[in-house]
Formats: sequence, C-alpha cells, structure tokens
Amino acid sequence: MTTAAPGISRDRVTIRFAGDSGDGMQLTGTQFTTTSAMIGNDVSTFPDFPAEIRAPAGTLPGVSGFQIQFGSVNIRTPGDAPDVLVAMNPAALKVNLHDLPDGATILVNEDSFSESNLKKAGYASNPLEDGTLKAFRVVKQPITTLTREALKEIGIDSGSKDRCKNLFALGVMYWLYDRPLEPTLEWLSTKFKKKPLLVEANHIALKAGFHFADTTEVFTSHYQVPAATHLPAGEYRQVMGNEALALGLTTAAQKAGLPLFYGSYPITPASDVLHHLSQHKHLDVRTFQAEDEMAAVCASIGAAFGGAMAVTGTSGPGVALKAEAIGLAVMIELPLIIVNVQRAGPSTGMPTKTEQADLLQVMFGRNGESPCGVVAPATPGECFTLAIEACRLALTHMVPVFILTDGYLANGAEPWLLPNPDDIPEIKVNFITEGNGPDGVLNGYQHDPETLARPWAIPGTPGLEHRIGGLEKWDVTGHISYDPENHHHMCKLRAEKIERMVVPDAELIGPEEGELLVVSWGGTYGAVLTAAEELRLAGKEITVCHLRYINPFPKNLEATLRKFKKVIVPELNLGQLCMMIRAKFMVDAISYPKVHGRPFQVAELVAKFSEVLSD
Amino acid sequence: MTSAVVQLKKKDFVSDQDVRWCPGCGDYAILNAMQRIMPELGVPKEKIVFVSGIGCSSRFPYYMNTYGFHTIHGRAPAFATGLKCTNPDLTVWLVTGDGDGLSIGGNHLLHVIRRNVDINILLFNNKIYGLTKGQYSPTSEVGTVTKSTPLGSLDRPLNPLRFALASEATFVARTYDTDLKHMQQVFKAAAAHKGVSFVEILQNCPIFNDGCWTENLAKKVRKDKVLFLEHGKPMVYGADKNRGLKLDGLALEKTSWEGDETPADVFVHDSTVESSVLATLLTEFTDPIPVGIFREVQAQPYDEALINQLDVAKDKSKGQGLAELYRQGANTWTVE
Ligand code: SF4
Repeated sequence: MTTAAPGISRDRVTIRFAGDSGDGMQLTGTQFTTTSAMIGNDVSTFPDFPAEIRAPAGTLPGVSGFQIQFGSVNIRTPGDAPDVLVAMNPAALKVNLHDLPDGATILVNEDSFSESNLKKAGYASNPLEDGTLKAFRVVKQPITTLTREALKEIGIDSGSKDRCKNLFALGVMYWLYDRPLEPTLEWLSTKFKKKPLLVEANHIALKAGFHFADTTEVFTSHYQVPAATHLPAGEYRQVMGNEALALGLTTAAQKAGLPLFYGSYPITPASDVLHHLSQHKHLDVRTFQAEDEMAAVCASIGAAFGGAMAVTGTSGPGVALKAEAIGLAVMIELPLIIVNVQRAGPSTGMPTKTEQADLLQVMFGRNGESPCGVVAPATPGECFTLAIEACRLALTHMVPVFILTDGYLANGAEPWLLPNPDDIPEIKVNFITEGNGPDGVLNGYQHDPETLARPWAIPGTPGLEHRIGGLEKWDVTGHISYDPENHHHMCKLRAEKIERMVVPDAELIGPEEGELLVVSWGGTYGAVLTAAEELRLAGKEITVCHLRYINPFPKNLEATLRKFKKVIVPELNLGQLCMMIRAKFMVDAISYPKVHGRPFQVAELVAKFSEVLSD
Repeated sequence: MTSAVVQLKKKDFVSDQDVRWCPGCGDYAILNAMQRIMPELGVPKEKIVFVSGIGCSSRFPYYMNTYGFHTIHGRAPAFATGLKCTNPDLTVWLVTGDGDGLSIGGNHLLHVIRRNVDINILLFNNKIYGLTKGQYSPTSEVGTVTKSTPLGSLDRPLNPLRFALASEATFVARTYDTDLKHMQQVFKAAAAHKGVSFVEILQNCPIFNDGCWTENLAKKVRKDKVLFLEHGKPMVYGADKNRGLKLDGLALEKTSWEGDETPADVFVHDSTVESSVLATLLTEFTDPIPVGIFREVQAQPYDEALINQLDVAKDKSKGQGLAELYRQGANTWTVE
C-alpha cells in the first residue's frame, strides 16, 4: 500500500505519540514499532506513562507518551527529540512541547482543542491560534470528526467509534513514513477476533488516516526510511526487557535441568516478568504470587533449598523489604537470583519513571558483610543473555546474584535476533548424592577449591539429612559456630566467592588508552555509545568502557582506568558507580549524575564529554 | 532415591546436637513426642523436613535428625511454601511460636493456611517471648507484667485457633506439653491430613512465664478444666464425666447432670462439618479448655494444584520447547 509519490530518504527518524492515557497511545506506538521492525528498520522505544491508571481525562498528569526512533542505521536510543509529535489533546501538546526542536512537525487533533480541554491543560488561550507554535510546522486536523465520518456506516456506539481515532492518526503516520498497513490490520483481526465489528471499524479508521494523508496533501512530502543493513542475518522479533528477562530465566533453568521457581509480589515496573513467566508453565516454570515481598523472596529461598532454580523479582522498594532474607541466602550459600527493575526513588518515588539509584542498595543494603553478585544488562535484548549469566554464576558459586535492570530497559523494545537454544551451553549444578566427609557424613560447607561453592544436598537425598540456618557456620562441617576466627574466615570466604566469579572483560569501544574514558553501566549504554561515536566522528579522542558486571568488576577495569587521563561516570543517580570506582581504585573519576526519571539524552552527554575534554 | 525399608526407631530421629532449651522447658516433651511418632509415619527420613523461624521453639529442627531449615523471624511459612512447590513429595513440619507465628509472621501464617499448603504447623504457645528474655506476646493476657510492660500489657490477646479457623484452616487441633499420649495422637492425625494442619501446643515456659497454663492443666484440676474432643462423641468432661457442653441458640453452654447417662442434648462433636462456626464457638472456651481436633475437612492442597497446572500446560504444549517459546505471541521477520 505505498503511494506513487517519491519520498525523501532519511536514515533515522524520531516520532512521539502523546495523548490521554485512555487514547491508546501505547498501543499506537507499539504498532508503529512492530511495523517498522518488520520492514527491516532498527528500532528503539521509550514508553512514558503516568502511574495513575486513569488520571482525569484531559489533564496534564493523565498524558501518556510513546517515543520511537527507527532507522536504516544502528539505532541505540529512542532519540533525543522528536521530529514529529502526534498530540491528541491540548494536555499532550503542553507536556511534550518543550522537548521539540525548532522546525519539528506537530500533528494535532484539532477537535480536542475545546475551551474546557484547554482549561484542563492550563492554556489561557488556544496555542493553535495564538502563535505559541510558530517555530514548528503544525498540521491541524479534526481527527475525531474525520474518524466519525469514516465510521458512520458501522453499527457501533459513538464512544467505540471515537476510540478508533488513534488508528486514524497511526494511518497518517504510516503514510508519512511509507509503512505498510498489513501488520497492523492483521494484528487487529487477531486482537478483536470475537468482535468483528470492532475489527472492521479499526481497519477502516487506519486506512482512512492513510488515504486522507495521501489525498489531501496535508504534508508536503513523505519520507522513506530504508531497511537497516547492519543487523546480522537471521530471524528476528521485537522484545522488551522484561520479556527478554523472563525468556532468559526459563532458558537458564532448562539448561540447568531444574524447575524454575519465581516468587514475586506485584510491583511497577517488574510485574510483567511475573506475567510472562506465568505463561511458561509447560517448561516447568512455577510462579508464585506471594502475599508480600518478604514472602516472595523467602518462598524462593525455600525453593532453592529444595533444588529449584530460584528467582525473586521486584523493584527497589521490594529489595528493601527482602534484604534480611537475601542475607540468609548469603549465609546458607544457596543459589538465588534477585531481579531489581529499578524505578525512581526514594520511597514510592516515581514508580513509572526510570533511574539507576539502587546500585549501592544491592551492593550493600543488608546487615553484616553480605556480598552478592551483581550484573546489569545494557539493552532490552541483553536482559535475556544476562539472565542466563546470572543463573550460571549463582549455580556455579552457590550465591545470590542480582540482575539490575530499570524501567527504561523493562519497557523499551528493540529487534532481537532469535537465539538457537542448542547454542546455549548447559549449566552444571552442584548436587551431591553421597556423603563427602569421614564415614560418609555430609560436610555441608566443604567448599570447592576453585569456585568455593558448597555442595547442594537437597531434601529427599538419603543419608544427607542436615540442618541449615542463619546462624554462623563452621567452615567444612556447616555446624553452628560462634568461634571468632571462624567468623572472620567465613566473612572473607563469602566475599572471595564473588571475587572468584569468572566474568568477561569489560567491552572497550574506542582507543585502548588516551584522553577520556567514559565508564557506564546498565541501560545508559545506547545513549553513551551514540554520544561517544558522535564525538569520535568529530575527531575527539574518547573511549567507552561499559560495565555489565558490577560485582565482581571485570578484571580489566583497573588497568583500563589507569590508561586514560580522565575518567567520567555518567549515571542516572547521584554518583553511585563513581563512588565505588573512586573507593576501590583511587582513581579521580568525575561524576556526571542525573535523576530526572528519564534516560540520558545523547546531546547532553555530547555536551558534557566535550566540556570535560576541553577542560 | 528412597532408602531401603528398615524399621526406624525413635533414636534414628535424634540429631547429634545437644538440646539447649532451659531445664524444665515444655519444648523437651514436645520434641520427645515428635521423635516418638516419626517412625510410625512410614515416611523415609530423607523426605522429612522441619522448617522454623526464630524463637525458642524454632531451635526444634536442629534436634531432629531429618532435613531442617532454621530460617528468619516469622517467615517460615513462606520458606515451607516454596519448598513444597518445588518438591510436593516432602513431608514438611513447620515449627513456630506465638511471637514468631502471630506477631512478626502473622501475615505469612494467614496466607500459608488459606492456601492450604500441605504442611503441618505446630505453634508452641507459651504466651511470652522467651529467646529475647521475656517480653509479652500477642497471646499474653491484658495486664501481663513483663520487662517491656512494667505496668501491664495493654493489647488484647489473639486466640491462635480462631486465627487459624478464620484463615480457613482445613485441620485445626490443640494439645499440650504435659500429655505425651495426647500430643502423639494429635501429631499423627495432623501428619495424616492432606492439606494444611494447624496444631496449637499449650507449652510452659518455666523461666519467663511459669505456670502459664496451670489454671487448666495442673494435674489436680485438669480433669475438670479440660475437654477432650473426640469426633462422633458427646462433649463430656469432668472427673465424674458428668459435665458437658450443649448448644443453646447460637452459643455453646456448659451443662451438668447426675448419674451415668449422658443427656441427649449434650452436643456431639463433629470435626468434619464444612462450616467452621461450631469449631469457632469451641475456641471461646477457656474453662474447660477444649483439646483435640476441632476441625478436619478436605480441600485440594495448593502444591498439588500447582503441579496439576504444570501437567495441564505440558499436555497442551505438545512438547514445545525453548525455540517455540522465543516465538510465543510475537511477530517474527527475517533479515537476509
Ligand atoms: S525461655 Fe522459656 S520457652 Fe525458651 S527455652 Fe527457656 S523455658 Fe523454654
């Protein structure tokens, strides 16, 4: 369904859909993303929605947005600023306007700019008429009226008709960027399988938007964004971080030959991990929606005692509640995965907004010396690989390991090359079936000389009946001990277990020594890399060292830090990784902190890095 | 995986750890009763797990030569749930106290009971915090003078059995530490019940709350102050078996009579009725205090239902593995 008119070619475009939380903006954005990915573009998305399920219609807190960057080149971020904003009402316009660069295009639903809606959005006069938008190219269309008109023959109520207006807008955008309608048409047919009239109405609205844009020439030109060429050949799908994480956990359990137990309590933005895993039951995944965060982690540790691949998932407030139990897992040396999908804190904070401020919490937020492994995926797709890695480390060393993602990774999407499960190595498990001590008794705390793992003697194994608990243990026998020397020794041994983890060297992008090293971690990867690339193209000397393993740090980190004149650590907190690096390596690292509840913009990183380079 | 069938003895269940409760503590007798019934359950030792929280009672697993897990304060029900969901084959005993189970762990106890996880819960009730050296507990009577309540405690006590019944427990019983035989009977019945079993054990703490149950349990008053519940038998008590309970409107009332004939209006105990109302009425009595099985009804245990769901999902999936999982619910496309 492409038009004859030739389009202008673009290698990357950023658009943002914004409207009331009832306007279906997340759905619209997701459809645009899927279609773009399916025609071969690289994509990255940033859904931004309010914490309220339905804030009062038309108000500023009720605005829901979805930004996507798509392109023929390597797309690593959802884009700094939209080239096009679709604003379904005055509130959406007001909330998003300050992110628009001069010259950007705004498509607005003129129908919604009524006096009462303007008032709800806090506009004293109509911005479509008072010159507020003179820096932009504004396309005003009566989208509600046009949708109603297109659907006048359809026998559904007017409310249902009005709810199709997002598809009209999507149709317009599909024309503007020369996208096929078929993937969305098919998706609608499946989604409303049981309601054929709704399928028809939505199909008509989508097509009407497309044809309207084509025939009325409201836009002077349209654009083509060719398929990306850098993506390796293979079969792809789109994946969001939380789903990739769930797939990774199930894969790891299968590769270890264990049932997966996932204990969790609903919390934004981690709940989707529970939703996804509850669809994996046929692969021996046992999900448990607990009565609270403590029960979720404790049930998981009970499952680990019983021989399961045990995982608990939550966000920062939940990690705070789970702290005591995680300490127990450290003490009893059982494998446990704790997923922390970080959100803006402290306290309830901004639940739907992203942040990286739980790093020190997962590192140190427990009583006593209680070290845990910490890994941090860099992209949504990487949540899959690092989930497997975390399980491998936990099972190999018999320790708790945190997976630290964030709201941005959890809900952001990217094209994902489907892995071949046969290529993923098996994970070895430390089960013991016979006594390893004198006279065949169990030495429950006999540590492997290499990994320092203790044997995993699970209930049901004859002859290995033993008791574990949170009291300090004698090394080797595992009996209760209050011996001072032994306690000192065991604290060091538990720390050493983490240090012994074999983790890959940190990825270095750029020269191996020189002027400026950027040390980043987690979901800031895309923005940091894109910024550094821009500077390198401008002839600047800059290297990125992105950390996916934080406890233990990769072995090459210290040497790397010392090869650069300056080190800067950008992160979405007030300088937590920077503090760790300064404390551990005595390197004069510069912190670049930000806590806006949003990801870094490429432009602000470019500006900061340039400033540091020229200082 | 199971060990050869050999007749196990009590001593096979005694661990190598020295028992460290205070001399005269009621916990010794409870441990003794438990170790005695173990061989009679016909469950191999390796399939038995004792899980506990924190407190005096929670040291119990260390003294049982089975698998054991001494966890953290109040959370034992959650650990036991995870364990049973992983291996429903295990026989899991949960040992808790009035502080561990009803204060810090109240929420978990409620939920493990309502889920009907197939475990046996023993709540040692001595109406005091022992391990932290004698503060009042959620079962202490109003006015209890302790280190933390020099002028007497203010909060009203909780009745553990009413808590269990309100949480829809499918097996509810009470026994006491000075009656080895009764304890063994109740423990065996709890073990035989499929689903959650909740047993309150009236236990003396000679150090911090000595005589907390003597009003009912002292040898010389016991016969008149304890009602032994038996399914299908009239609720009769007293040294001369001439006292009992009868239903009067919506209340159970005490009654007494002359002669050997038990009057027809003495209520006959039926622990299997679906409604928990009568069992709840019984919990109101402190004179006489009813012991034995209050309620015993059938319902599918959570762990069994969970495994059933897995089996149904496996059947439906027709052998789909990871490769299919990665495509589940997603549009895919190919990059050449
Ligand atoms: S403090 Fe009381 S309950 Fe605890 S061991 Fe001593 S006597 Fe028993």
